[in-house]
Amino acid sequence: MNIDTILPMLLTVIAAATPLLLASIGELVTEKAGVLNLGVEGMMLAGAVIAFATTVGTGSAALGIVAAMLAGMATALVFGVLTLTLMANQVATGLALTIFGIGLSSLIGSGYIGVPVEKLAHLDIAGLSDLPVIGPLLFGHDVLVYAAVAITFAVAWFLKHTRAGLILRAVGESDLSAHSIGYDVIKVRYMAVLFGGLCSGLAGAYLSLSYTPMWVEGMTAGRGWIALALVAFASWRPWRVLGGAYIFGGVTILQLYLQGSGGIGVPAQVMNMLPYLATIIVLTVISAGPWRGRLDAPACLGKPFRPAS
Amino acid sequence: MIRPINRRTFLGTAAAGLTLAASPLRGASAADPLKIGFVYVGPVGDFGWTHGHDIGRKAIEAKFGDKVKTTFVESVAEGPDAERVIRQLASSGNKLIFTTSFGYMEPTLKVAKSFPKVMFEHATGFKTAPNVSVYNSRFYEGRAIVGHIAGSLTKTGKIGYIASVPIPEVVMGINATAIAARKVRPDAEVKVVWVNSWYDPGKEGDAAKALIDQGVDIMTQHTDSPAPLQIAEQRGILGVGQASDMKNFAPKAQLTAIVDEWGPYYVERTQAMLDGTWKTSDTWHGLKEGFLSMAPYGDAVPEALRKEADDIKAGIIAGTYLPFAGPIKDQKGEVKIPEGKSIPDGDLLGMNWYVEGVQA
Repeated sequence: MNIDTILPMLLTVIAAATPLLLASIGELVTEKAGVLNLGVEGMMLAGAVIAFATTVGTGSAALGIVAAMLAGMATALVFGVLTLTLMANQVATGLALTIFGIGLSSLIGSGYIGVPVEKLAHLDIAGLSDLPVIGPLLFGHDVLVYAAVAITFAVAWFLKHTRAGLILRAVGESDLSAHSIGYDVIKVRYMAVLFGGLCSGLAGAYLSLSYTPMWVEGMTAGRGWIALALVAFASWRPWRVLGGAYIFGGVTILQLYLQGSGGIGVPAQVMNMLPYLATIIVLTVISAGPWRGRLDAPACLGKPFRPAS
Repeated sequence: MIRPINRRTFLGTAAAGLTLAASPLRGASAADPLKIGFVYVGPVGDFGWTHGHDIGRKAIEAKFGDKVKTTFVESVAEGPDAERVIRQLASSGNKLIFTTSFGYMEPTLKVAKSFPKVMFEHATGFKTAPNVSVYNSRFYEGRAIVGHIAGSLTKTGKIGYIASVPIPEVVMGINATAIAARKVRPDAEVKVVWVNSWYDPGKEGDAAKALIDQGVDIMTQHTDSPAPLQIAEQRGILGVGQASDMKNFAPKAQLTAIVDEWGPYYVERTQAMLDGTWKTSDTWHGLKEGFLSMAPYGDAVPEALRKEADDIKAGIIAGTYLPFAGPIKDQKGEVKIPEGKSIPDGDLLGMNWYVEGVQA
């Protein structure tokens, strides 16, 4: 293997990791506030179909991306009203949201099957994109790839270094305490849920505008669930979400390349197990040894907030 | 106006209900449409396999109008769910049920036992029962044509094949492509990447990228989404559509596509039900009977090659061109099928070895 074979592989890995990263960083914020939203897959599909329909209708990918964010937030709002205001069970509501998203997106998308769309343009940064190796690797992507990384940085900084981030974490760790010192738990959770929806919507937009620029039903193919698993895999830490998304994307892509190069003599089924095997190994490593005990979910995760009034 | 329920009206209503229930002959009158159910493995909007079957279902509706009533259940997992869905369709009055994926075979047979009056049609299976027919398409005939075109046009001698799940049907497709390609280009190689899924646009696209990065200049696929073809278009190589004409996604890249045509069969079987002549059958048809067709050639296929491809198609239809005619060597170079013989249908349906030139 030399740089000419590794470079295209790395580019494919970045593409495969981006939707996972976007969806899981949004879910991480939601979960940090103590809300478990299993509807990621549904929100991604809503984002994907709206992004596609808007882009086809208006000819503007930028509008498509904005519409996808709004669509993700709209579906998240439905979830928020049901679980935060009406205190419905979060697990059941999240599952319902996924099913709702699948149905709604096929309904909206039925007129768009077989319609092609222009792939999201790469940002050309004068001079930099033309550099050998580094150029295509660092400067040859579309806006959503950078957005995914930027959002991860922002979330990490927000959670660790800002007062609002501290409040958000407090709400997720102990809603009653946060409430008793005067923070509006429900409001904070609404905002976290909406941010999760926005990120899922972006992840969907990436799928339908860049990764595979088309609309077909169920095109997320379970990536929403992988994103959910990634949050636990990363033990609710933004940097680990970033690493996890790239590891997961990387192993998936690596096995496709290994198959194509032939001559390794490992059955394709074993190769297909690799991403999941990698997940188990990393989870085992994280939860054992010096890291033990730090696999900590927010204490209030999934519990409805009922202020003692 | 709301009528108060008193004893008299209650009895009257009940009596009317009883009369209706007690006249089963009425239920069989011509006014009642024949109810037909479909079980789909994917979403109807997948633009691939399920999309093709749904076009077939619509052909029934177009042909018979009010005489039939079709329903479908989509995205049914191949497993316990399938049995539940099939049972539900059978018990809600559907008299003819099409189950359209290989994995529905056992559930279909199981449900068929409890509903002897309901007729079942299972796509791509091999087990029949008094009320279960099977039907399949000789997709490999299309792949032989594809293999010939790919072998003629490839510059690198490497043809990509995105494979779905390891069942004989897929292995048969890989082999048919390789055999035909090597007839025109003896050193041609078919590079296979398995994605272990029928439908995952993202992963199919990634597999296509992996193959292109490794020197493939023609892409074929045994998965259902247009993603690989779309990647082929972006990267400036050639490709072949699957199940539907996918030209919209790859106007320059698509050489042709193998198009599934289930409509005529569905119409024929529905007619048989209406006529009362439905019988168990085992149908494995191909180009000749119109179970599949080839999409119009793309601009990248030169005139002379179109003629050759058409000749092969005509040969297959006439029975003079056999896609699996010997001599055929396996991957190790040993002769599996000697000259003058062809692989019989039974062996094709259980095919689990690769021919020479397949790299997997």
